[in-house]
Amino acid sequence: MSEARIDVQSLDDGGRNVSLSGRWTLVQLAHRSEALIAQLRELAAHPNVSWNFTEVRALDSAGAMLLWRAWDRTMPEILLARPEHLRILERIAAADEHQPPAVVPKSPFEWVMVIGRNAIGFWNQLVDFAVLIGQMLLCVVHLVRTPKDLPKREFSANLYKSGVLAMPVSALVGFLIGVVLSYLSALQLRQFGADIFIVNILGMGIIRELGPVLVAVLVAGRSGSAMTAQLGVMRVTEEIDALSTMGVSRSLRLVFPKVTALAVAMPLLVLWTTTIALIGGMVSAQIQLDISYAFFFQQLPKAVPMANLIIGLVKGIAFGIMIALVACHFGLRVRPNTESLSANTTAAVVTAITAVILLDSVFAIATSSIGIPQ
Amino acid sequence: MTTPAISVRDLHTRFGEVWIHKGVSLDIAPGEMVSLVGGSGSGKTTLLRQMIGLLTPTKGEILIFGQPLFCGSVEKERALRQRFGVLFQQGALFSAFNVYDNIAFPLRELQAFDEDVIHDLVLLKLAMVELLPRHGQLMPSELSGGMIKRVALARALALEPELLLLDEPTAGLDPDRSDSFVRLVRTLGEELGLTVVLVTHDLDTLAALSTKVAVLAEQRILAYDTVEEIIRVDHPFIRNFFLSERSARALQNVQFRR
Repeated sequence: MSEARIDVQSLDDGGRNVSLSGRWTLVQLAHRSEALIAQLRELAAHPNVSWNFTEVRALDSAGAMLLWRAWDRTMPEILLARPEHLRILERIAAADEHQPPAVVPKSPFEWVMVIGRNAIGFWNQLVDFAVLIGQMLLCVVHLVRTPKDLPKREFSANLYKSGVLAMPVSALVGFLIGVVLSYLSALQLRQFGADIFIVNILGMGIIRELGPVLVAVLVAGRSGSAMTAQLGVMRVTEEIDALSTMGVSRSLRLVFPKVTALAVAMPLLVLWTTTIALIGGMVSAQIQLDISYAFFFQQLPKAVPMANLIIGLVKGIAFGIMIALVACHFGLRVRPNTESLSANTTAAVVTAITAVILLDSVFAIATSSIGIPQ
Repeated sequence: MTTPAISVRDLHTRFGEVWIHKGVSLDIAPGEMVSLVGGSGSGKTTLLRQMIGLLTPTKGEILIFGQPLFCGSVEKERALRQRFGVLFQQGALFSAFNVYDNIAFPLRELQAFDEDVIHDLVLLKLAMVELLPRHGQLMPSELSGGMIKRVALARALALEPELLLLDEPTAGLDPDRSDSFVRLVRTLGEELGLTVVLVTHDLDTLAALSTKVAVLAEQRILAYDTVEEIIRVDHPFIRNFFLSERSARALQNVQFRR
């Protein structure tokens, strides 16, 4: 028999003799601790009880704690137990003597402190970001003076990873967005009989606005997070420290190639995705509105002045630099623990996308009079 | 007097509200093998990281071969950095490179040798740390703890440094591996005439490797002397650290070795 059991024997003088038997261990008690606690409490409340543990086959600290709590954290007056079981109970009694650490009462101005702490944290982030930009400028100056330090291999590796490998997914998303946009616009335009304006809507929307932003969101999620995680893990494994001790500048070798690679890859990806998205829109327009490919091609340059394409590509460069800088900024902030790594990766992606949208609105205002057909 | 390999002058370090070092001064002569010991949290690793320029002290200065590490010129700093090698606690091998490329990395950075010379040098370094040429193709994730330390040592020695800094060289190794690693460092140190600075709290390592011991406690260097002299210093920390039963066993070997 191994189950924990309680046997109660009433004595003539009105007292009770409680004898416990079986295994009083965590595994045994786990599924029926509530019933036992209730029964033990009831028994302990009785004034004249003697406890007999001699039949207990095993007692661990979980079982002992159960009893200890039933006894209201004091030893009962009459207790019959084996020495090893008594020691467990004594250890619990001794642990009770240690006071739990005093809880510092919350200041009534806690909320002010929280706001202040966040403000200081935000300010520090801005300063760090400015330092990172400054380091990039110093890298450029250094490379102009000593061109042999140019990190060619890292640059081409990054260009391949964040550019070439992103082509399939950006093509797929671009094509689908082109189809969706064309389909929705076609439904509206047909009502007004303005079918041919589909070329204007698609051309302006995709080339100037949607293409760059779409690619930026994809690249921020894809390459931005990868960059942050890579730098973060290199920090955790002390690889960045090892680089520094060898006299290799981390900004030149790790950050600079990432920033320049994205600055080159992004406009190319924008061009690629825009083209595919326009093809998607063109196919959809042909099916929906019966607009021929030849007409689409003919109409596109008239509807969309060249300036729009240039604005789109410049946006691509700016977004690319922004995403890489934000990703590296958060990557270098990673502290050596898993929580910090995940928090910084999330922050990198969210901040990069927010910053891109912010930058996009700046572009929209600054270029509001450029490239709009009269 | 010759220029000390490392000279720490009146170094103060503060982390937030806590002072880690208050007036640490230490001169390490060339050719010494110095163990830096101290209780946990006494700032041993911090001091080591300050020596190699990963942390900047709050106050005071550190000179390596008589020169400050950050002197404003990239070339000077690089030249100075080539004169010392560092072995990190976890090895800090570049996980994207295999063993061969890890050891070749500092040599390639130098841009002075072609690939043939680098190949020969890397194989030589591998042999020096008692590894076989075929180990060169392994990735760091495929290595055991002892091998990681050996590869990291080979990489630290790649640029023929005069000074070698080791952070907990035997932490996480079983006694057998740790013994053979210590023996390796000692032979290499003696053969190459290296100045060695190591942070450790393993007494066996300390007894086997160091010609001198620097005790870091109470935010300063409590004593800097040979092991035999240090044991005579009457201070609670030193008594606890060196004169416990466990320590006595480890230190027996010191006399034996000489």
